[in-house]
Amino acid sequence: MRIVPFIISAAITTGLIITLNTQLKIGTSKTPKLGYFLSPQYGFWQNAEPTDIAFNDDIKMPGVTNQVDVYFDERLVPHVYAENDADAYFIQGYLHAKFRLWQMEFQTHIAAGRLSEIVGEDKIATDKYFRRLGMVYGAENTLKAIDKDAETKAACDAYTAGVNTYINSLKPEQIPFEYKLLDYKPEAWTNLKTAIFLKFMSWDLAGKTEDLLFTNAKTYFGYDDLQKLYPLIQDTLDPIIPKGTVYEKASITVTKPANSDSLYLERKDTINNTPTVKPNKNNGSNNWAVAGIKTKSGKPILCNDPHLGLNLPSLWFEMQITTPKYSSYGATFPGSPAIIIGFNDSCAWGVTNAGRDVEDFYEIKFRDSTMQEYFFDGRWQAAQIRTETIKIKGKPAIEEKIAMTIFGPVMYDKSYPAKSNKEINIAVRWKAHDESNELRTFYKLNRMNNYLDYVDAISTYECPGQNFVFAAHNGDIALRQQGAFAAKWQQQGDFIMPGTDSSYMWQGIIAAKENPQIVNPQRGFVSSANQQATDATYPYYLGRPNLFPPYRGFIINRKLAAMNNITPQDMQALQTDNYNVYAEICKPVLLKYINSNELKDNEKKYLQIFTSWNLRNDIHEKGITVFKIWWDSLETATWADEFEKSTLKLPWPDESTLIEKIINDSSNYKFIDNINTKNKKETLAEIVTQAFKNASKTLDSLEKINKLEWVNYKDTKVQHLLQLPALSKLHLPIGGGVHIINATSTTHGPSWRMIVHLTDKIEAYGVYPGGQNGNPGSKYYSNFVDTWAAGKYYNIIFISKQEARKDTRMKWHTVFVNG
Amino acid sequence: MKFITALVLTALLCFAIGLFTNLPWYSFVLCSLIVAVAIHQKPFKAFLAGFIAAFLLWFIMAWLKDSANEHLLSKKVAEILPLNGNYHLLIILSGLIGGLLAGMGALTGSFLRKIK
Repeated sequence: MRIVPFIISAAITTGLIITLNTQLKIGTSKTPKLGYFLSPQYGFWQNAEPTDIAFNDDIKMPGVTNQVDVYFDERLVPHVYAENDADAYFIQGYLHAKFRLWQMEFQTHIAAGRLSEIVGEDKIATDKYFRRLGMVYGAENTLKAIDKDAETKAACDAYTAGVNTYINSLKPEQIPFEYKLLDYKPEAWTNLKTAIFLKFMSWDLAGKTEDLLFTNAKTYFGYDDLQKLYPLIQDTLDPIIPKGTVYEKASITVTKPANSDSLYLERKDTINNTPTVKPNKNNGSNNWAVAGIKTKSGKPILCNDPHLGLNLPSLWFEMQITTPKYSSYGATFPGSPAIIIGFNDSCAWGVTNAGRDVEDFYEIKFRDSTMQEYFFDGRWQAAQIRTETIKIKGKPAIEEKIAMTIFGPVMYDKSYPAKSNKEINIAVRWKAHDESNELRTFYKLNRMNNYLDYVDAISTYECPGQNFVFAAHNGDIALRQQGAFAAKWQQQGDFIMPGTDSSYMWQGIIAAKENPQIVNPQRGFVSSANQQATDATYPYYLGRPNLFPPYRGFIINRKLAAMNNITPQDMQALQTDNYNVYAEICKPVLLKYINSNELKDNEKKYLQIFTSWNLRNDIHEKGITVFKIWWDSLETATWADEFEKSTLKLPWPDESTLIEKIINDSSNYKFIDNINTKNKKETLAEIVTQAFKNASKTLDSLEKINKLEWVNYKDTKVQHLLQLPALSKLHLPIGGGVHIINATSTTHGPSWRMIVHLTDKIEAYGVYPGGQNGNPGSKYYSNFVDTWAAGKYYNIIFISKQEARKDTRMKWHTVFVNG
Repeated sequence: MKFITALVLTALLCFAIGLFTNLPWYSFVLCSLIVAVAIHQKPFKAFLAGFIAAFLLWFIMAWLKDSANEHLLSKKVAEILPLNGNYHLLIILSGLIGGLLAGMGALTGSFLRKIK
């Protein structure tokens, strides 16, 4: 029976192959296909890039019409010299794909609700949310607008062709590391994917669904207490446009519906199915420009640092793009053509988030469960049904049927319940759904020559609203909050609105020229840091203050006002400054109310640390840790007793609320009293002292594990997009925090720091917490992180092709020719 | 002599099939099987020749890639897998997987030869 050993052996061999060619489940995660993954000729070893790799090449491809020279400097920043726009954007697409392909596709997969397709059923909830929010619907509309504009259409076509040329040039073993880890393959890029990527940024910056939480808060606390918990005024506000600026009368007169008290403010909706994925609360940024009268050189300096999630591979990719018509340098989005934040020969620009509420919710009344008709303006109107198919790895696909109304997609219905106190269908009106072409703005900013070009470039920009800062070599500085913002009556859209007639709809979009703006002010600087754009004299409603953190703007303006003879080095010091102005305001209040006689010795030790603290969030300070835990404990003592009585998801009050209530109204703030203690009314001194005692317990346990120093407590990290610690940079020695100019918290912070000095020959500095090559196996994967954490900058090289040819800092040269 | 010939031939063919074809990663098992059919040895020797050939092939290729990369990626993968960041183990594991499969392929081949 010789056949038996053969059969057994063949069976074992086959079994081994099958096992090693399967993703095995370990706990909640899956292994890669081990045999494939570890095969030196197919798997991850192929991604182990030699550390001495050279990026010299001669590439023939049909995609370019003329020769394109790409010089890579020592940081692997490509300087692209092309003869025309199409070639330039083709190469931009090609290079983005070469260094960042996986991330480009992964981020668009998240935005398009396609994660289940690659990681399986665990991500269905995330996918459903993005589908029902209408991300792809919005991207389709953006694409329509792009298609109508010849220049941006051509830029996108060239970009997409460049990405696909790179993808098609890949041999199976050359695909990026993460594809092998998760076991899937790159697909073709399209212009729609570029639009989806831009929608992802819209969501991140203008997709806060706070209105739903505020609806709960209004229902639970009632309108009066709502105003006490979430006041409409912040005392610390130093707006983007200086107080006292005179505004013209609004050109749009908005009419508040007559029944708004009863049908809107007194509605009692609740909703507990709030999104599982949310844009980070601290998404924001700093930007400013100082005029020549305040600088040592007499020329303006422009600074910008967008605060976003800190990820590897980074959201940003640095590059220079030069054609005979223009030359621009800056941070680009892998996934999109053009430079997003940067400068050219004569001008520089940057952005911070406007934060305005451009996403509102309406209750829809359907005729029946088919959702084919809804009641609007006195009659039944037809709703289109949009079908979204969610593919799931290893499972059958599911379908989402979404009714489309005059407001927008019905996000919540019986198949995706709001978890409300009643049956409710809710449509979302989101500016990011509308047909608009944001790319055109960046396309034009890259090419602008002066202030008028800047105004022209940004005037058509719609969403996500941004504060565009500008500075020019000729000395002009300017800043405008630009976006398509609805003209709203007071509190319109802060909560779910009735959707049965047009009276609650947006009544118009504020004209670009009416948006808050400032040009060459006497004070010699312009700045924005996500604070509310204007004081209350601006003729339109700006939205609830919870959207606008005031403290960074306050301290930036104070510091800039005091500075003169400014150099770029001074600006570096300011951009990385760790001074805590919030603590400056809170510290005397805490020390006034604490009753130190009631403290034990070890508690007194912490009070001593706090008292002698220099108000800086530097890495070795302990005072900030004491402050943070004490203040959090005080907020909990103030509000948790009331909040815990509700099962609803509620928004925690803003950081400005408690301190301003204490300063203005210490004895009368009703939430100071602990409602759980019957027959006793706590005083402020009592809860401040008790909060300190509670904080001391936490501080004791932190001290035991050596986490009292701010750097250890905060523990900043730059995480890989898959959140795998092995691919992340952990325990970074960097100070700062929320409300600090150096806005670095644990997983969030300055994602690109740029300083541009508009001298005759532009002098610029930049750094981001990442590296140019997205491949975790590359030496250039995370090589900027330590420089960034140390608060240092790289000298940006911005030179002509002739100079690049001779410059010794240009390490490699790739030539693309038609062929 | 047969042993060495089988070993070298297996290694060469396994390398070539990975380099010159677009067949799946596991097709090298077929190479070791064919060699074992062509060069007749006792089952255990056939297994050993296949095993050593592919073990060395995978081990050396991984080692070369890893050295040029200064262990940047292998250290990360050895944390994900999880091998406590030990990249030596990762290289050995790669070799073992290659070796085991090729060895089993060769064993199957040698049994197949016996049937005829």
